[in-house]
Amino acid sequence: MYEILEKHTLTPITKLFRIKAELIARAARPGQFIILRVHEAGERIPLTIADYDSETGTITIVVQEVGATTRRLGALEEGEYILDLVGPLGNPIDIPEGGHIVGVGGGFGAAALLCFMRSATLRGDRTTTIVGARNKDLLLLVDELRIASRNLEICTDDGSTGFKGFVTERLKQMIDGDPPGRPDYIVAIGPMPMMRAVAETTRESEIPTLVSMDPIMVDGTGMCGGCRVTVGDTVKFACVDGPCFDAHQVDFDEAIRRTKTYLREQETACKRLETEGVIHAS
Amino acid sequence: MPERTPLDRVRDFFEVNEGYRLDHAAFEAERCLRCQDPVCIEGCPVNIPIPDFIHAIAAHNMPEAARLLRTANPLPAICGRVCPQEVQCEMLCHMTNRFRPVAIGALERFVADWERDQPVEQISGESTDKPARPARKEKVAVIGAGPAGLVCAGELARLGYSVTVYEGLHAPGGVLRYGIPEFRLPKDILDWEIDMLKRSGVEIVCNVIIGKTLTLDQLFDEFGFSAVFIGSGAGLPQFLGIPGENLNGVLSANEFLTRINLMRAYAFPESDTPLHLGKRVAVIGAGNTAMDAVRSSLRMGAEEGHIVYRRSEKEMTARIEEHHHAIEEGVQFHWLTNPIEILGDDEGWVTGLKCVRMELGEPDESGRARPIPIPDSEFVLPMDNVVLAVGTTPNPLLVKSAAGLETTPKGCFVAEETSGRTTRRRVYAGGDAVTGAATVILAAGAGKRAAEAIHADLNEDAGRED
Ligand code: FES
Repeated sequence: MYEILEKHTLTPITKLFRIKAELIARAARPGQFIILRVHEAGERIPLTIADYDSETGTITIVVQEVGATTRRLGALEEGEYILDLVGPLGNPIDIPEGGHIVGVGGGFGAAALLCFMRSATLRGDRTTTIVGARNKDLLLLVDELRIASRNLEICTDDGSTGFKGFVTERLKQMIDGDPPGRPDYIVAIGPMPMMRAVAETTRESEIPTLVSMDPIMVDGTGMCGGCRVTVGDTVKFACVDGPCFDAHQVDFDEAIRRTKTYLREQETACKRLETEGVIHAS
Repeated sequence: MPERTPLDRVRDFFEVNEGYRLDHAAFEAERCLRCQDPVCIEGCPVNIPIPDFIHAIAAHNMPEAARLLRTANPLPAICGRVCPQEVQCEMLCHMTNRFRPVAIGALERFVADWERDQPVEQISGESTDKPARPARKEKVAVIGAGPAGLVCAGELARLGYSVTVYEGLHAPGGVLRYGIPEFRLPKDILDWEIDMLKRSGVEIVCNVIIGKTLTLDQLFDEFGFSAVFIGSGAGLPQFLGIPGENLNGVLSANEFLTRINLMRAYAFPESDTPLHLGKRVAVIGAGNTAMDAVRSSLRMGAEEGHIVYRRSEKEMTARIEEHHHAIEEGVQFHWLTNPIEILGDDEGWVTGLKCVRMELGEPDESGRARPIPIPDSEFVLPMDNVVLAVGTTPNPLLVKSAAGLETTPKGCFVAEETSGRTTRRRVYAGGDAVTGAATVILAAGAGKRAAEAIHADLNEDAGRED
């Protein structure tokens, strides 16, 4: 059992949790993820570690309530417990020092960039974080990201704050030389269509680009193969070989299609949650 | 042994075999010849004193039968259900020459089930109601709560060590939990066996992956363990590398079975983990895992369950009983049929399995006749799901994070067979992590031998005698 020490509502459907998990907090590195289960009959879902602190033995995760499990999780309060939590899983983000590193976060993916951008900034790299959302109310962790990176670029679809347009448009301007300058490395975390758009934006420039894949997972340890992703001409298991892969090599069509395997069941589960109101089952 | 009729059992996950009653069991036990030279024992990887425990049943002395069994095999209720007795003890039984062999496996199960109904304090005459006080100062860590790890932990606890078992998943049992279905091994039996271990003082910590959450070095340096046993199994599923393997509706048998067994997809939406099955399910492979998968698919509501195997029935590696049960339940078998492509529709869902017919040629490296494709014999089996049960290899997570541990090209730990000693001092390994996917009882045997070796080595370190 893992205690929730802090909970913040970032947007109506996005919650941040700081959780006591000493061993994970000590072992975690930027880019890794955890798998958790909320109740006895619960499924295992992967979530990126947004931040960790080995001193206090805590990790921070951000969830967007899109399915039954994330809604159950979102309903938990400070002082309550998460039933199972395992990690850190996957490999840390591995980017050489010394270049201009640009993190691109779409939606709640912005949170997943937090600890990586900070560690890159702390080791002395030039860092820029580009975050985007539909409007300014849906932006996440802007203050934290501003501290964690040297430059912060905000994009909104409606122009309610920052650059009006998609993150990829802003990224393109930078690739073309706009300040704060052409990226040497790019990391994109967010919904798959957004990561695919980033991959397409950077493909021609051949700037090394990583995307953090979050396919369907069960165990997170290489045991089920449910997380297979085609990268170039090899099949990788995202949980143990990833989660970050070369964006220009990932078969996004296949990856997006595979995430739809359980669409119907996800709807069933959500409906059941609504009709029976069985949110608090932990 | 009495079993439920195929029609009755094929739509639920309750156990197929019903087990003996005492009169049946005593009658069967009477058939044992009590041979001068009990060769059956040689066929048992943990050398259960077979004629002795069977004789005790015949004499209606159940406590003695249970004691004899449990001292040799810490997981009798499980092994009595899942061991391939027909190629072990029962194959060597002298009765086999003229009649059918004594049903050793069924009797083992009977004794273990009888024992489960007794008050725990009485079990095997050991006082198991309070954890034994650690008589030895050394602590031993066990990696993986599957059969090898559980048996090793149980033996070490019995020897007086304090033992901590680290399990990566959220529940202990390893393949007994995620792989073997309820209808062959009910989970309450597994839970009971694990409970017995905990009562004997074994501590089980779930949600810790050695190699990720903690390293092997940390176990020694920070946590102060004097020895570590690796029983991490062979959990990495293999795929065939044929086109269409990533279509929606293609799963490894590991994923398929884990969703059902560990995550209880059969109870969806009462449980949150789904499984999306169509009407026709093809399982590729013909081992026990393949049989478990195909029979589970029928219980999950599939109308047709198919086994597709490139070799012939003779080369099949499943237990005879599982094959037999699968036939009874209406599974369709396609022998000498090699899948070469999985076909899908525009949206990426499986529609069929393209195969080629095979014939048997000269024996290959495994000694089995090599299947050779028959030219121009391609055909398509219409399917909605394809499940791959074509083998597993050890998980590399641990090796990647630990120096000094040698592995074979196949990723198996290099370990002495008799002791489990690896290439690193005070690190031992056994079970599927060493042999590649094998049986529960072989893993149990390896766990037991490693516990003895750990005991001997730690005694040596401490300058003790016994
Ligand atoms: S999640 Fe099961 S192998 Fe990756």
